[in-house]
Amino acid sequence: MNKWSDNRAWWLVMPVVLIVAFSAVIPLMTVVNYAFQDTFGNNEFYWAGLEWFRDILRSERFHGAMGRQFLFSFIILSIEIPLGIGIALAMPRKGFWVPFCLILMALPLLIPWNVVGTIWQIFGRIDIGLLGATLDSLGIDYNYTQNTIDAWVTLVVMDVWHWTSLVVLLCYAGLQSIPDAYYQAARIDGASKWATFRYIQLPKMNRVLLIAVLLRFMDSFMIYTEPFVVTGGGPGNDTTFLSIDLVQMAIGQFDLGPAAAMSLIYFLIILLFSWVFFTVMSYLDRAEN
Amino acid sequence: MELNWMAWTWPTATFFLIIATTLVVMTVLAIKFPERERVGILHIPTTRGDRLFITLLGSAFIHLGWLFFLDIQLWWALVVSAAYAFIVFRWV
Repeated sequence: MNKWSDNRAWWLVMPVVLIVAFSAVIPLMTVVNYAFQDTFGNNEFYWAGLEWFRDILRSERFHGAMGRQFLFSFIILSIEIPLGIGIALAMPRKGFWVPFCLILMALPLLIPWNVVGTIWQIFGRIDIGLLGATLDSLGIDYNYTQNTIDAWVTLVVMDVWHWTSLVVLLCYAGLQSIPDAYYQAARIDGASKWATFRYIQLPKMNRVLLIAVLLRFMDSFMIYTEPFVVTGGGPGNDTTFLSIDLVQMAIGQFDLGPAAAMSLIYFLIILLFSWVFFTVMSYLDRAEN
Repeated sequence: MELNWMAWTWPTATFFLIIATTLVVMTVLAIKFPERERVGILHIPTTRGDRLFITLLGSAFIHLGWLFFLDIQLWWALVVSAAYAFIVFRWV
């Protein structure tokens, strides 16, 4: 087949460019403008220079929120990825139970964030919540509103409950793409279960796993609604993640300048990680082909 | 169209103009001299556009790091970034 190229095709990209400009580029430019100024409302701005960037970069509050954010992402990734792989491997490859398992897995993904938060907020309460009341009657001292560890455990378990399914579905799709012949060859060679996993299943899941890690990292790094509904960032500031802190600063205190500076730093961190993931992904892609 | 809400200032406008000009120049260059991938010290294939992205992202972090660690004029971070850009375009 003869391929022909025509640079006029670039005009077809125009609608997307316009939409992205309107919804992302122009707002981002405004944030950049805010980051160098101070305002007391009324659309009046005063030049502040680099003050906010220096303040934010050196503030304990920002370091705390960022540390908690990385810790949270790290914990949920190190639970959800292996767990997701495990569940995907345990799911039936064909037959009657496949649709049942898939629907069961997809259910948590269909629930909106704030509803998930509300469910767990009530579920964990000691007076009326099933989880909280059960733990309490077992004599376990559990209170996510007052105890830091309890708050963290609740948030982590909630996120695992909500999002492991995504990893499972992605891995399952990767596993389904392996032809039966591979497994037959492994059986003939007398490969152990581990060897089959290590040399057949894992390489085939490579790409989807990277996508899963990227998606889960970005999502957990931006998490806002669930912890806001469940703990409100407490006890104290112990579950105040970056986005919660950012909203508090921008809307709670109306410190638009510092909030803008903080969101730019936040944005750059996410951009860096996305670039690294993307580069690794395309590198592996090429290595495979 | 009113642009008051965007709170423009000359320094930020200049910054965006420079970025926009860079993108336009790189696009024109890419049309005149098509980009070819090469593998450098990072062991990943990069085009000219990729190297520009690495330069810009790295420069942003150089500036942030400068503000965090040092109290010296930020213009020097720009000098460091220029050196970094040279290294990226030459060897990455």
